[in-house]
Amino acid sequence: MDVARDRGAVAIDRDECKGCGLCVEACPPRVLRLSAELNRYGYHPAEYLGSGCTACGICYYVCPEPGGITVLRRQVA
Amino acid sequence: MEPQLIKGNEAVVKAALLAGCRAYYGYPITPASEIVEMAALYLPEVGGVFVQAESEVAAINMLYGGASAGVRAMTASSGPGISLMQEGFSYLAGAELPCVIVDMMRGGPGLGSIGPEQGDYFQIVKGGGHGCYRNLVLAPASVQELVDLTMLAFELADRYRNPVVVLADASVGQMMEPVSFPEPRPVPAAPAWAVTGTAATRHNLVNSIHLEPDVLEGHIRALEAKYREAERSEPRWEAWRVDDADIVLVGYGIVGRVLRAVVETARRRGIRAGLLRPITLYPFPTRAIRALADTARAFAVVEMSTGQLVEDVRLALEGSRPVETYGRVGGNIPTVEEVFQLVERTLVGARVPSEVSTNG
Amino acid sequence: MASDAPAMAVIHGRSPIFYRRFDRKDDDQHQTHYCPGCGHGIVTKLLAEAIDTLGIQDRTILVSPVGCSVFGYEYLDVGNIQVAHGRGPAVATAVKRSRPDSIVVSYQGDGDLAAIGTAEIVHAANRGEIVSVIFVNNAIYGMTGGQMAPTTLLREKTTTTPLGRDPAVHGYPLKVCELLATLDAPVFLERVALGSNKQIMATGRALRRALENQVHGLGFSLVEVLSPCPTIWGLDPAEAQTFVRETMTRTFPLGNFRDRSASAVPRRLAVTVPDLGELPRILGLGPASGADGASDTVVPASPVPTADHRIVVAGFGGQGVLLLGEFLAEAGLSAGYHVSWLPSYGPQMRSGTSNCHVRISAVPIDSPVVSRPNVLIALNEPSLRKFLLSMEPGGLVLYNADRVPVDCAGNDVRITPIASTAIADRLGSAKVGNMVMLGALLEATGMLPDGALDRALHRLVTQESWYELDRAALQAGRAAVHRMTAAPAEPSLARDPAMG
Repeated sequence: MDVARDRGAVAIDRDECKGCGLCVEACPPRVLRLSAELNRYGYHPAEYLGSGCTACGICYYVCPEPGGITVLRRQVA
Repeated sequence: MEPQLIKGNEAVVKAALLAGCRAYYGYPITPASEIVEMAALYLPEVGGVFVQAESEVAAINMLYGGASAGVRAMTASSGPGISLMQEGFSYLAGAELPCVIVDMMRGGPGLGSIGPEQGDYFQIVKGGGHGCYRNLVLAPASVQELVDLTMLAFELADRYRNPVVVLADASVGQMMEPVSFPEPRPVPAAPAWAVTGTAATRHNLVNSIHLEPDVLEGHIRALEAKYREAERSEPRWEAWRVDDADIVLVGYGIVGRVLRAVVETARRRGIRAGLLRPITLYPFPTRAIRALADTARAFAVVEMSTGQLVEDVRLALEGSRPVETYGRVGGNIPTVEEVFQLVERTLVGARVPSEVSTNG
Repeated sequence: MASDAPAMAVIHGRSPIFYRRFDRKDDDQHQTHYCPGCGHGIVTKLLAEAIDTLGIQDRTILVSPVGCSVFGYEYLDVGNIQVAHGRGPAVATAVKRSRPDSIVVSYQGDGDLAAIGTAEIVHAANRGEIVSVIFVNNAIYGMTGGQMAPTTLLREKTTTTPLGRDPAVHGYPLKVCELLATLDAPVFLERVALGSNKQIMATGRALRRALENQVHGLGFSLVEVLSPCPTIWGLDPAEAQTFVRETMTRTFPLGNFRDRSASAVPRRLAVTVPDLGELPRILGLGPASGADGASDTVVPASPVPTADHRIVVAGFGGQGVLLLGEFLAEAGLSAGYHVSWLPSYGPQMRSGTSNCHVRISAVPIDSPVVSRPNVLIALNEPSLRKFLLSMEPGGLVLYNADRVPVDCAGNDVRITPIASTAIADRLGSAKVGNMVMLGALLEATGMLPDGALDRALHRLVTQESWYELDRAALQAGRAAVHRMTAAPAEPSLARDPAMG
């Protein structure tokens, strides 16, 4: 996959994430997963695979935390 | 303004409106129902809010809402309704919300009766809700004083950010007496801490939950400091013919007036009696009563309950003088004649020279 | 949150309605206190988005009662009021009524709204309060650790239904939307869920509608959100979401139960506020105001300095006992005396005995309680017998009959029979019997000067026809005194030379 051509991207605040996994379940292109690492609270935070995001925003809405997930969309040049 | 004959329950609403009260929430109950009726009539007329609540529980929480929004607000009830409101008293005090509650006391316990009684002293003065809080409590003995103290109640509520209770036995609410009403006071602006739905108040929070032990302790200590300040500044009482009194009668509300007549009777018969009528029940006029122990030989507490006020009198006197007690309950008001007999009994008990106690 | 793709722009991120840091929390100052996968976090986020979209952040006041949502105030940068368990709708009512421009949101859980606060929510809805209620239904008490909620599903095990919810013992899940839909007032009632992406988006729309209705001044709006509680349910967050979608919705069907958003008429709560100077007039406190201007009769105020009338008026309900006393007190005030009027009172509108104590005194009145009357007006025989023995020796009794019962005579009081009801009947209405007695009392005692009654008549008698009848009754009472000469003793009312 070519990151440069993705419509969107996801940024996850790993210390706000509680590792509930709802975003992983909800993501239509399946580009999120729970990290093998632990964050400072001891959760396995969600992480973006790095490419394939469509900027649909669903992960943002299923996330219970206010700022756990930020969704970005590529601007039309 | 020119004195007019008016019923206590009607006068208390007019006094509240003159004091700037612009919200009333209430539930009917005998013998306080005229208050909710008058409020329903007048609040809309002055641009205020009236809500007939579904219960006293709702009424006191509406009071919490109105006070949170920075409005001078009031409710009124009687014994059983006040019992239902006790949850709200605790929250109001905990959240430091100024408001006024009128309790026209009736007979209890349970459904009791609708006659006048003073059995709510404990639940109002000592607190009936949970936690370390106090109500400021004002006890009028006449319709004029009901008006004056209701107006004062709103001032004290704002000054101390605390609920203030006007505690009257039902007879004060039911009787008519001439009243001179003061001029209306301007409606104060919402206090800076209120939550009014504006940009300026957006960060405000009305709250009573503090889960951290140190934070809650700090909050309780701050409340405590407020109450200590009130204890220094706010005790009010009427002392009458106490300077040379051998026996001091103590009673509040309507009883205080009966005791005045007893003092007259006693003096006519050569007994040096005096009256100490607490006007604030909290803060209690502890020092004023204690000071009288220097000159008086005995104290007699008369109340329309089986011994509630007397506890505060005994605490004030710290055992320094004998305290007789006499109570009528169930809707009965002590008569001058029966209290006078108590006076004679007390003086015998206190070994006051017999030529005085039996004279006349 | 830096992006390494400079051409990217944030389309979904932390709402500005959230505080940047949750200062009121001791730690975790950017996380909520909610458990992983909790529905509250999602609802709060959707609420924040709705507030932002509608541009009402400054106007919004969040009411947070007790439950897992108790800390709503820590997160949302709006006006916040934390309240007692279940009482949100009562608090919201008062806030909205006094601050009609605010947008008041009551955010409640199922124990809060559907158990302890049932009365408050039903009545706020029934009054059509212009507030928005968010009802998060997760069918369990979360904060207190998993007890049965009114919405707990049948057969569900909780810490207080260890064998499962049995309808024969615990009743059935309470359906709030259905319940409230029986009321006339609500404008918008909708049940939504957090069981899928699609349901979450629908929840966002419903919340926005509930707030928008309030912005438009429409009435009561409530959104019930079926919400997962993975921790207490013992499910992982994804399983809990599935449970909401597949199981909860069987008991609590999703859908709209009321939508009058388009037809409801906007209401404006604002009221006209009169000038402060108008208050005395509104409250009837101004100078005594007879509509005809004649009421303010000036009575020469020359009170008898020793006057001390301690009067008991007694009879049965309907005889005008209390009104007679009120006339006396009002007249006494007109004549420059101190007065008090203390009624017996009872359950309203029931027959029974009735009495009042009236004091008219030259000096301030110590006690309004008359335990030793020197005047008794007894409008029936039981009243005569009840109060006679408490009379002060030398007192006066006016008794509503032709003659005094034999066994009542001979006391040290003067009993004058005045057949007031019979006299009033002849005048045309038994209702003026009290005025006959009043006329008789004033004539027998001279306790008040002529004209003292004028103001009382003008204040207390509102119909012209009654006014004439009352005057006739007063006159008849005065005349009756002179016909009655059978008094056993001379009247000697306490220390008042004007009497007798």
